[in-house]
Amino acid sequence: MPVYVAQRLLQALFVCLGISVITFLLLHVAGDPVLLLLPQSASDADVALLKQKLGLDRPLVLQYLAFLADALHGDFGQSLFTQESAFALILERMPATLELTLAGTLVGLGVAIPLGVLAAIKRGSILDRLSTVGAVGGQAMPIFWLGIMLIILFAVKLRVLPASGRGTLAHLILPAITLGVYLAPLTMRLTRSGMLDVLTQDYIRTARAKGVVEGVVLFKHALRNAAIPIVTILGIQFGRLLGGAIVTETVFAWPGVASLAVKAIRTYDYPVVQGSVVFLALLIVLVNLLTDVAVAWLDPRIRLGGDRD
Amino acid sequence: MTKVQRLRPLAVGGVVLVIAIGAAALAPLIAPHDPYAQAVGLRLIPPVWDVGGSWSNILGTDPLGRDLLSRIIYGARISISAGALAVTVSMILGVLMGLLAGYYGGRVDTVISNAVNLMLAFPFLLLALAAVAVIGPGFRNMVIVLGVTGWPIYTRVVRAETLKYREREFILAARALGLGSPRIIWGHVLPNLVNTIIVMSSLEVARMIILESFLSFLGLGIQPPTPSWGAMLGEGRVYMFTHWWLAAFPGLAIFITTLGINLFGDGLRDLLDPHRVLAAATARTE
Repeated sequence: MPVYVAQRLLQALFVCLGISVITFLLLHVAGDPVLLLLPQSASDADVALLKQKLGLDRPLVLQYLAFLADALHGDFGQSLFTQESAFALILERMPATLELTLAGTLVGLGVAIPLGVLAAIKRGSILDRLSTVGAVGGQAMPIFWLGIMLIILFAVKLRVLPASGRGTLAHLILPAITLGVYLAPLTMRLTRSGMLDVLTQDYIRTARAKGVVEGVVLFKHALRNAAIPIVTILGIQFGRLLGGAIVTETVFAWPGVASLAVKAIRTYDYPVVQGSVVFLALLIVLVNLLTDVAVAWLDPRIRLGGDRD
Repeated sequence: MTKVQRLRPLAVGGVVLVIAIGAAALAPLIAPHDPYAQAVGLRLIPPVWDVGGSWSNILGTDPLGRDLLSRIIYGARISISAGALAVTVSMILGVLMGLLAGYYGGRVDTVISNAVNLMLAFPFLLLALAAVAVIGPGFRNMVIVLGVTGWPIYTRVVRAETLKYREREFILAARALGLGSPRIIWGHVLPNLVNTIIVMSSLEVARMIILESFLSFLGLGIQPPTPSWGAMLGEGRVYMFTHWWLAAFPGLAIFITTLGINLFGDGLRDLLDPHRVLAAATARTE
């Protein structure tokens, strides 16, 4: 187990470094930040002056190292518009994103996991078929359209829920449903197949054969083993969850990190873009790392047996 | 399930696809109006079943008096070609790298696998958004960005499959006969992966269409006045409090198309490649 954790940690560190390189190159090589900052009428002297001020006239490697050193201190520079620290802006928006993703996860998993387990137990039943059809539909759903349709229905026509913004529980309902619909289909399908895999194992047949009550078989023998794929699914989904949050926050004008990033991208506020891309990517790396460790700990074959692979 | 039941998704998806591709190809023949023709007197007419609707503009008109149905029919051209092109780019890149990593192993595999892990750690959407913002909006740039960011999912699956085949007898036999590696990869490994790649690509087209729509929705993709479903949905959002149809129908077009493609892809999977490896392998994306 310690060897495995150390390996994963090393891999995660490598990924973090790669993330910093890609984010840096994206904004420094693909586009010239100075040209984005200055009006088109700016003279060459102005361009050179600003480059010098921002340290953009130095060799690329030195610029990257400076960027990395600053980033390690949580310093991504200042927003080009508000002059506030980009990192402070991101942290300020974090609670809203956490609130939304948590609520969306609760909605999504609250529907998907029970449905997935039931569909596996009652394989081929009407419930199984209906939930499969629902999952296919949900997976094809462009959730930015779903969000707008929910707003039109509940905020404009029925006038029962607010259309956008954050504040009360009522504000949270439509965004959470939208994000939940994004998460639920894949979670449902993976839970169902994970549960089906477990249910066909020999030890389940043995338990049934020796006359163990069906409820005990399902909850004690099956679900406990299905927990491993389910935890894995939760971790895997985290990257998707943030992707969904980007869409949901944009549609509902939810004041989170993702909508901050989208706004920064549209206004070429590159310190904020860099900061939020790195921040969100690191969050994904961290959650994936924790998931792998949690799965290793849940699975005695890995916890006690040393190495995987 | 009977064979007919198993083929049903494939048939339904196929029909939807034929309709969408047909609309795209025959747009000038079937669209009732010119999608660019503005008419001040015909602004914001509701759909035909609503009060004030008319048969000449079945799905209503937009704020410039343009016919919504005609714009949606023309919009199919953008979505379908953007989806297909982006998938072609990412498929070629991803399959090539997957074959190299799986067949050669060693250092090649280490480099490629680490690159895949790196790409999958990124919030894909954010990366695509940032890249489009940097290199500028428009059809070509959007296809490039989606294509170049979409490859890791193919690499992951193709690498795993190639590993499986590498030690099989027919590959060893080919090697013993003195065939070179490129010829073995091209002539003996790749043909075994074709089914997997076709199924994966068809499902990816749907994902790319949604991503394309979202980029255009944000104003980072197709630029006005070109009719694209995402951009129309973005325009319609501004009017959602007063004129619901402007957002409803373009989004419905996206939904029906992606649903059709997903059904078709799932049906293909059942037909060509009954094992479930693909589902698990494709889960760690987006």
